[in-house]
Amino acid sequence: MTPLAGYLLVAALVFSIGLAGALTRRNAILVLIGIELMLNAANLNLIAFWRYGPHPEALTGMMFAIFSIAVAAAEAAVGLGLVISIHRHAHTTDLDAMTRMKG
Amino acid sequence: MNFIFYVLAALTVAGGLAAVLLKNTVHCALALTVAFAGLALLFLDLDAQFAGFAQILVYIGAVAILVVFAILLTKGSETPKDGVFSKTWLAGLVVAAGVFAVLGWAVLQTAPMLPNSAAVPTVSVQDIGIALIGRYVLPLEIVAVLLTAALIGAVIVAMHDKEGAK
Repeated sequence: MTPLAGYLLVAALVFSIGLAGALTRRNAILVLIGIELMLNAANLNLIAFWRYGPHPEALTGMMFAIFSIAVAAAEAAVGLGLVISIHRHAHTTDLDAMTRMKG
Repeated sequence: MNFIFYVLAALTVAGGLAAVLLKNTVHCALALTVAFAGLALLFLDLDAQFAGFAQILVYIGAVAILVVFAILLTKGSETPKDGVFSKTWLAGLVVAAGVFAVLGWAVLQTAPMLPNSAAVPTVSVQDIGIALIGRYVLPLEIVAVLLTAALIGAVIVAMHDKEGAK
């Protein structure tokens, strides 16, 4: 197995763990944690392809990963703000208990 | 494929599993920090120093702290009586396992064709800075606007509305 394949397999595993967490947990914050894990796994793919790809000096994969980190930080801030807002409104963060979208 | 890679991969996967499986939400956040640290170390192992330290600063320094704040503000650390997993957990697990099977199959099938350049890229922070204000200046500006919008949006969404019935 080449080194790149090893990194890609680790990234696939972390992505699947994050997806399982996002799909199976009740708490909205844990769903956000799962999404963060999925984004990080994608970043690992980008960095691994940058490292083992033919033109690392072009910095394409590295730049993609850096911008992805910035967008993920924005996503986390807005997502957690939404969770706090929903908790103030419905007094729960249990997604199974949120059965209607009407305020 | 050296010893360090296996240790870091095991650390990352163990942190991710713990973040998803633990019952106490605060423990999940701490396990998430371990997973982030493992990923940052994997970045450093891949000779991507800038991305590795950016990962430590942004994720361990900011996102993990933000998650802990949100958990404590919403009293999310109390374990619910009827379990931490949703009613449809089996379907979610099947979907995740299917996605992993497809991804793993694709990687293993294409493994001989993957690029494998052994040369260590010599990229300094100066090169990254020049690329950011040169070729990638438009994405940089867009990210700046996005971060400003996200900052204002998060504050407005979480802001206490005085008109609401309390």
